[in-house]
Amino acid sequence: MSQASENRALLVRLAVGAIAMFGFGFALVPFYEKICEVAGINDIGRRDDAVVNTQVDTTRTVTIEFDTNLHDLAWQFRPLQRSVTVHPGELVQVAFEVVNNRDYAVAGQAIPSYGPRIAGAHVRKLDCFCFSRQTLEARERRVMPVVFVVDADLPGDVNTMTLSYTFFEVAGTQADVAAGRGGAG
Amino acid sequence: MAAVTPDQLHGHHHGPTGLMRWITTTNHKDIGTMYLVFALIMFFAGGVMALTIRAELFQPGLQVVQPEFFNQLTTMHGLVMVFGAIMPAFVGFANWQIPLMIGASDMAFARMNNWSFWLLPPAALLLVGSFLVPGGATAAGWTLYAPLSVQMGMGMDMAIFAVHIMGASSIMGAINIVVTILNMRAPGMTMMKMPLFVWTWLITAYLLIAVMPVLAGAVTMILTDRHFGTAFFNAAGGGDPVLFQHVFWFFGHPEVYIMILPAFGIVSQIIPTFARKPLFGYASMVYATASIAILSFVVWAHHMFTTGMPAATQLFFMYATMLIAVPTGVKVFNWVATMWKGSMTFETPMLFAVGFIFVFTMGGFTGLICAIAPIDIQVQDTYYVVAHFHYVLVAGSLFALFAGTYYWLPKWTGHMPSEKIGKWHFWCSIVFFNLAFFPMHFLGLAGMPRRIPDYGLQFADFNAIATIGAFGFGFSQLLFVLAIVKCARGGERAAARSWEAAEGLEWTVPSPAPHHTFEEAPLVR
Repeated sequence: MSQASENRALLVRLAVGAIAMFGFGFALVPFYEKICEVAGINDIGRRDDAVVNTQVDTTRTVTIEFDTNLHDLAWQFRPLQRSVTVHPGELVQVAFEVVNNRDYAVAGQAIPSYGPRIAGAHVRKLDCFCFSRQTLEARERRVMPVVFVVDADLPGDVNTMTLSYTFFEVAGTQADVAAGRGGAG
Repeated sequence: MAAVTPDQLHGHHHGPTGLMRWITTTNHKDIGTMYLVFALIMFFAGGVMALTIRAELFQPGLQVVQPEFFNQLTTMHGLVMVFGAIMPAFVGFANWQIPLMIGASDMAFARMNNWSFWLLPPAALLLVGSFLVPGGATAAGWTLYAPLSVQMGMGMDMAIFAVHIMGASSIMGAINIVVTILNMRAPGMTMMKMPLFVWTWLITAYLLIAVMPVLAGAVTMILTDRHFGTAFFNAAGGGDPVLFQHVFWFFGHPEVYIMILPAFGIVSQIIPTFARKPLFGYASMVYATASIAILSFVVWAHHMFTTGMPAATQLFFMYATMLIAVPTGVKVFNWVATMWKGSMTFETPMLFAVGFIFVFTMGGFTGLICAIAPIDIQVQDTYYVVAHFHYVLVAGSLFALFAGTYYWLPKWTGHMPSEKIGKWHFWCSIVFFNLAFFPMHFLGLAGMPRRIPDYGLQFADFNAIATIGAFGFGFSQLLFVLAIVKCARGGERAAARSWEAAEGLEWTVPSPAPHHTFEEAPLVR
C-alpha cells in the first residue's frame, strides 16, 4: 500500500473513533440514568416502597411544614394546610391546590425537596402529584393529594421538617422526552 | 547555509505571496507559526481579562466592573486561555517540531492542517465577539454548568458554536498528528526511539480524539435544551443537571492532561540538552505518560465530590486520583535524575524547564490534597482550587511553552534569542507568578469563594498582594514578546545544532529550518 492510501486508511479509522466518541457522549445519558436507577440515587419522582413496619410510634410527634414554589410559571400553587403534626409510621394525606392563570393549557412538573436533607430518606410518598406531569387546562383549578408515611427510623433529633415542592413548566415539545425517561416524567 | 535568508529559502516555493501565502499555505512550518502567533494573541486577550478580574479584586467592594461582567470575565478568561491559548500553542509546537523530529517532510494531511488552523480565528471571533451581544458573553463559568448555561443569553450560543468549531479543529489536528507519527517516521525511527515530545503528543492526540467529541456532545445537549425543547439537564423534563457535570468532566479531566502531557514532552527534550546527559529512564517516561492518559478516564468525578455521591464512589475516585501521582512522580524523579551529576548550564530554556519542575510539582501536591474527598469538600470552589490549577496550568503548561519557545526559536528564526531578555523574563515571571498565586492558597483555606467579585475584609491583604503579583506577571510577558520580536529580526546567528548538547533530527537541518526539510527521509540508526 502506498503512503497516501495508508494514511487515508488510518484517517478513516481515527475519524470513525471520533464519531463514535460523539455518540458515546450521548450514550452517557441513558447509562447515567440506569446507574442512578440501580443505585437508588435521584429517585425524586419515584413511588417509594411501602413501609414494611407499619407500627405507629405514638411516643413522638413530627411536624411537617409545607412549602410551595413556582419556577417561571403563571400558576397559583398552595398547600391546603400549612403544616401537619403526625406520629412516625402514621399514614398521612394532605392536599395541594394549583390554579392555571393562563388562557391556554400548560403542563408542569413538580420537584420535591426536603429540609433537613436527611429527612428526605425517611419520607415515603405512596401517592404524589409529583409522580407525573400535571397538565392544566386554561383557568383550571385542581386539588391534588399527597399520601405519605414518615418512617419510624427518622432520627430522633428531627422534630420538624419541611416538604417543599417547586413546579416547573414543561414545554409542549418535551412531552415525549418527559414520558420516556427514568420514570421521572 | 547560515547566510541564507528566509526569503531566499522560500525562493523555490512557487506559491502565492503576501497574505494569500498564509491563507493557502499547507506547509507545516507556516501553519505552526500561525498557531503560535494566534495562541500568543489569545494569551494576551485572556491576560487582559485576568488583569481586569485582579483589578476588581484588589480591594473589597465593587470598583472596576459590575458583578455580571465580572462573571463573564472569569468565564471567558478560562475559555480563551484553555481553547485559545494553551491548546493551539501546543498544536503549533506539534506542527513545527513533529515532522522535524521524526524526519518527515510535512504533516500527513497538509490541506486538512491548513483547515484545522483557519477554523480557529472565526471561533475566536465568535467567542470574544460574544461580549458585544445583548446580555453579554456567557457567564456560566468555563465549565458551562447546567442549569446556568441553559439560562444564559445568546452569548452562550456563540460560546457553544465556538467550542464546536475549536473542537473540530482539535480533532482534525489530532488525527493529523497521529497519522504523521505512526506512518511517516524516517526509516529506523522505531517507536521507542522517538523523542519524548513526539511520544507525549501521540498520546495527547489519542486523548483529544477520545474526549473532544464528548465535549461537543455535551454542548450540543445544552444547545438542544436551550432551543429545541429537549430536557437533558432539566429536572422538570426528566433530566438532571448533575448529568452535565459527569459528561463535562469525562471530557474535562483528560483535557487537563491534554494541556500538560506535551509540556512534559518539551521539558523532557530540554533537560537532557542542558544537563548534557541522556534522559534518565526513557522507557519509564513513555509508560508513565501512557498510564497518566489511561488513568485520566477514571478520575473525572473528583471534580464533583460535593454533588452528593455515595461514599463508595467518592472513595473510588479519590484513590484513582491519588494513583495518578505515581506516574507523575516517576516523571519528576526522572527529570531530577537526568540533572543529577550532569554538566548543567542555565540558559533561558533550562531556567524555564527547571522552574517548571519546581513550581509544577507544587501544583501537583496541592492537587493531591484536593484529591482527598473530605478535604476537597472544604476547599471546593475556593481560591485554593484556583491556586492549584494555576500552579499546574501557568507554571506547568505555560512555563513549558516558554521553555520550548526559547529552545526552538533558533531553529525557527535562525537567530539565538537574547539571553538577557530571556533571563529577565524568567525571573520576573517566576517571582510575580508566586506573588500572584501563592497567597491564593491561604485565601482558599480561609474560605474565600472563587468567581465572586467582592469579598470579606479579612481577605483584603492577600488579595492586594495577589493583584500586584498578577500585574507584575502580566507586564513581564511583554518581555516575552520583545524576546521573540528581537530574535525574529536579528541577533547572533544560530548554528544547525543551536545548543551544544542538543540531540535529535531537528538539529541536523540548518537554522532557520528551510521551507522544505527531509524531502529525502534521513536514516536513523
